Amino acid sequence: MAELVQYLITGVGVGCAYALLGSGLVVIYRVTRVVNFAQGAVAVLAALTVTTLLAAGLPHGLAEGLGVLLAGAAGLLTGLVATGKPGTTPQAALIVTLGLGVLAYAVEILFWGDQPRSFPGLPGATAGVQTHYLLIASVTALVLAATAVLFARTDLGRALTATAEDPYAARIVGIDVARMGLLAFTVGGALGGLAGVLITPVQQVTFDSDVALVVNGFSAAILGNLTRPGLTLAGGLLLGVVQALAGGYWNTSYQTEVALIFMLVVLVVRAGRLSSVETA
Amino acid sequence: MTALLTVENVTRRFGGVHALRDVALDVCEGETHAVIGPNGAGKSTLFKLIGGQLAATAGTIGYDGARVDRLPPHQRARRGIAIAFQDAPVFRGMTVAENAMVGAHAVTRAGPLAAILRSPRHRREELEIRAAAAEALKRVGLAGWADRPAEDLPLGQQRALQLARALCGRPRLLLLDEPASGLRGPERSALAELIEDLRGSGLSILLVEHDVGFVARLADRVTVLDLGRVIAHGTFARIRVDPAVIAAYLGGAE
Repeated sequence: MAELVQYLITGVGVGCAYALLGSGLVVIYRVTRVVNFAQGAVAVLAALTVTTLLAAGLPHGLAEGLGVLLAGAAGLLTGLVATGKPGTTPQAALIVTLGLGVLAYAVEILFWGDQPRSFPGLPGATAGVQTHYLLIASVTALVLAATAVLFARTDLGRALTATAEDPYAARIVGIDVARMGLLAFTVGGALGGLAGVLITPVQQVTFDSDVALVVNGFSAAILGNLTRPGLTLAGGLLLGVVQALAGGYWNTSYQTEVALIFMLVVLVVRAGRLSSVETA
Repeated sequence: MTALLTVENVTRRFGGVHALRDVALDVCEGETHAVIGPNGAGKSTLFKLIGGQLAATAGTIGYDGARVDRLPPHQRARRGIAIAFQDAPVFRGMTVAENAMVGAHAVTRAGPLAAILRSPRHRREELEIRAAAAEALKRVGLAGWADRPAEDLPLGQQRALQLARALCGRPRLLLLDEPASGLRGPERSALAELIEDLRGSGLSILLVEHDVGFVARLADRVTVLDLGRVIAHGTFARIRVDPAVIAAYLGGAE
């Protein structure tokens, strides 16, 4: 029983990171129709930067904050490179983001080498749960809620939503659509960076950790058709928990595969249901 | 009367085809100016050139004393040129109130950082936007629909919402692209009444319209296009007896 609880907690913690990263993908996709596969690299970059900043003596909080800001800047840069040229199709931009992800490997190995790194998170335990997991869950809840408020209750959010709905009409009513796209890349990058920074204390990070992060984040987002933040959160948590259970009760080498196959089954079942509803 | 919008010698080619050739017209402050013409006359092209969705091959477009023909569409909107109807449908998946509020984006000053940090300035602006949207919705008769999804509105009321959205950007010039198309009789006259009300408040309006009754009722002046050229302009009473106009319409079998 204690084991099960621990697996669930670990799963929710990791799942939060997938949900954050996936939400970043959703924000970017909704506004620009681009799937940003550099999202994982941005998360890793932020995490590795934080290890260096902490080693340089910066206090906790500040170092993590700067890591997230850097991730936002990296997101903006990704957006500029991938979509900066007018008329770039979302498909072409997607390929560019893949390329940027590979480029990030070179940069990361150059600065940080290829060995796993980590940094301490919140120490200790609260009510039998590692405190850092509580931090991950509460920061995720807070940030996703704030993102929802940003989209629902601000002028900027409405402009982003309008761009997502109909970019052509958005431009006509006075919205700078290109700027909205870059903003989405920035916010998305920051969300990805936050995922990397939160998860690193409980899961070491190497230059190629981005694959697991972006694949899981992407599957989480796919559950919500890349457009629904709520389902993305659910998908992230589900993946994290299934992974932790598979790793705990069976074999850690296959935990990612098990979780992804599980997600595939969920998607197939749901697709079957949707099409039977449509034909009915 | 001073001209708010001046279109001078504007030409637009698509490949070797002239969609517009040396077109000139102006819209004075407070005037309602209609552009009519048979299908393919170049009306929509002219609209897209003024709104910024297309660039002119030659010629200039001036607005409020400055050239705007090289500005991107959103900057023209910021200066007070608002477009409603054909090319700018309501945003589905947003409520009626949100749709109206989007229009205010053209005149907001608080930047993205202010929105993300929810600064006091942003909050103040947000309250102003809400008030402006509520007022605009009331003005077009949609006050009771504010929280409904925009896609639920019947077509006539979607048009009213497009006007409310445009009004939230505090425009000086309204470009109305075929306001009456697809509307039935009562909806049509309700919309005409609404546009008359806007004109009464001093807005300058440029409208493209097929419905002759609509044009006769609303327009101070009319410019008639045929095959990309201006073939007549003047009051409706004058152009309706103009031989060139009659020939164009009969030739166009409309």
